[in-house]
Amino acid sequence: MVANTKKEREPLFHIAKRTDIAAWKKWLVRLIALAGSLLIAGLVSAFLTDFGKFGDFFNYLFTGAVGTTWRIQVLFQNWAILMCISLAVTPAFKMKFWNIGAEGQTLIAALAAVTVIWYLGGKVAEPVLILIMFAASILAGAVWGVIPAIFKAYFGTNETLFTLMMNYIATHLVLFAVNAWATDGSAVLGVLDHGSFDGIFGLEYIQNVVFVTIVTVIMFIYLKFAKHGYELEVVGESVNTAKYIGINVKKVIIRTMIFSGVLCGFAGFLLVGGSTTPTVNADLVGGRGFTAILVSWLAQFNPIVMIFVTLLVVFLERGAAQAANSMRLGASSAFVNIVVGIFFLLIIASEFFVNYRIVFKKKGGK
Amino acid sequence: MLTFLKSAIGFSTIFLFGSTGETITEKSGHLNLGTPGIMCLGALGGCVGERLYLSLVGIGGIQAFPAIIFGILFAMMFAAFGGAIYGFLTITLRCNQNVTGLAITTFGAGLTNFFINYISRTGFVYLSNCFKKPISSGADWFSTIFLSHGVLVYTAIVLALVVAFILKKTRGGLNLVAIGENPATADAAGINVTAYKYTAVLTGSAISGLGGLYYIMDYLNGNWEYSIDAMGWLAVALVIFSVWKPNWGILGSILFGALYIMPSYVGVSFSIKEIIKMVPYVATVIVLIITSIVNRRESQPPASLGLSYFREER
Repeated sequence: MVANTKKEREPLFHIAKRTDIAAWKKWLVRLIALAGSLLIAGLVSAFLTDFGKFGDFFNYLFTGAVGTTWRIQVLFQNWAILMCISLAVTPAFKMKFWNIGAEGQTLIAALAAVTVIWYLGGKVAEPVLILIMFAASILAGAVWGVIPAIFKAYFGTNETLFTLMMNYIATHLVLFAVNAWATDGSAVLGVLDHGSFDGIFGLEYIQNVVFVTIVTVIMFIYLKFAKHGYELEVVGESVNTAKYIGINVKKVIIRTMIFSGVLCGFAGFLLVGGSTTPTVNADLVGGRGFTAILVSWLAQFNPIVMIFVTLLVVFLERGAAQAANSMRLGASSAFVNIVVGIFFLLIIASEFFVNYRIVFKKKGGK
Repeated sequence: MLTFLKSAIGFSTIFLFGSTGETITEKSGHLNLGTPGIMCLGALGGCVGERLYLSLVGIGGIQAFPAIIFGILFAMMFAAFGGAIYGFLTITLRCNQNVTGLAITTFGAGLTNFFINYISRTGFVYLSNCFKKPISSGADWFSTIFLSHGVLVYTAIVLALVVAFILKKTRGGLNLVAIGENPATADAAGINVTAYKYTAVLTGSAISGLGGLYYIMDYLNGNWEYSIDAMGWLAVALVIFSVWKPNWGILGSILFGALYIMPSYVGVSFSIKEIIKMVPYVATVIVLIITSIVNRRESQPPASLGLSYFREER
């Protein structure tokens, strides 16, 4: 084989898995990613307007998100909904069940709440109406979540694709209902007169925030201290281990997805009833079901960290929208998508440096 | 009826490009949920390419062949750029595929909807005519249904057949399938896993991007109204519906196209139209369930779909 020995090409570096990394380093990497995404967004907006206005973007970013009391309230209202959905998808992800159907689960729950208002609004007392809405939303979210779970548990049906399809079935059901109800042909359902519980317990505009904070605490305890939380984590780590120690895997999958769906349902309920203008349309959830997945993953499924990640994302969304409007950059929702998209891509990329390290070849052979 | 079938076949092109590209990507074990965003990027790229072409030759100097080539090249380039981000993150950096894909969709759709309004589309209607030029403009039923389409429609069908052949009959295709099933085994057999994965993700994305090009230059006559992402998700659905076979995808895409445009051809109320639009998604779910229950080896998703491969990991 001597004749065959070519000069082996040593790669310049190789990648090795990291086992531990100091917490401050971890957050430093992510902070750099955040700063990088803001820098890119600032450069893009400056490029489109005027390079002298580079600072304007950051100015609008802050004033747009927290500039006035009203904006702070809107920020926290948005926080509540995104947080609730992020919490909802978390237990399933810990179980490595890729539920990307939170969008549909929330939307169908909102539809259920509006259906209740549509048929019962004004006919029963308002508190009763709200209770029925609550039950209907929770039920609808749970059903939408549990259908893919049952098939996953018994037949191993791919849950990612299944839940994705369920989103669009929900969207078209909403469009169906809206078209059926809006008899003037406008295909827009106006604001409903009943069913808003805004200001309940004297909490004007912030009742959703209070409710979701309570849910956060419950979820934290559920994941950290309850037996259920432990079981779903074992299933996520290794199905075989779970079976070996006597966990009923099918039951855990179905139970967890019901729980996930219930929380999405609650988010849908808050979206309708917790607003001063209860209504439903196909964009009501507005992609938050997908954003929630990124948020939950970014917070590494920790509800407490999630509070801040959600706040950051909502801050970016609100601020970027304001910047796009004030600087006349064009479609503000599209600009928000760019900023949030870059932010997520950079954060995702930065995870590499958290999980792996690059080992450069030392000079002079091995 | 004739125009309905004609439009169905035309519209199916969006799904067919998208799903052919996504099939290639998924065969390498990468579930690219960024496909809707990548198709948007394809539309944006097509726009940029055509603008460039127009500024080179002017409206008077438009010739069909270079106009089409410019569109195709730029659409593929922009889409491959989206695919490159996805590929770099998921293949080299081994990030979570679902999360990365969703971020790409957000990013790609945002980028397209934002910048497409910065590109002046005056004169695009002439370019659109190049894309739409039919083989034959005969009035008989055969010409109307099969020969009246623009060049991209036939490209999509030929491409789907070629990809089906490559995946099934050639060494490269079989290697790719092997990687999608079990990258560690393929690696041990001496296949360059990373190179194959990159090739698959990049070509897959580039092909998906052509769906966006067709949408804007042929279907919308060079305009842009709605974002394409809803259709992008249907393209992802079509991959499942056609059980990872691009040649079946041709028929599937026509069915999806027919269902998608059917509401504007039948005289039913707006609410019922929404129910019809729901059918492709429901059908996909049913196919997904049936294939998982029947559990035939040939109709399963690639076994390592969604998992990243790290050689040093056991």
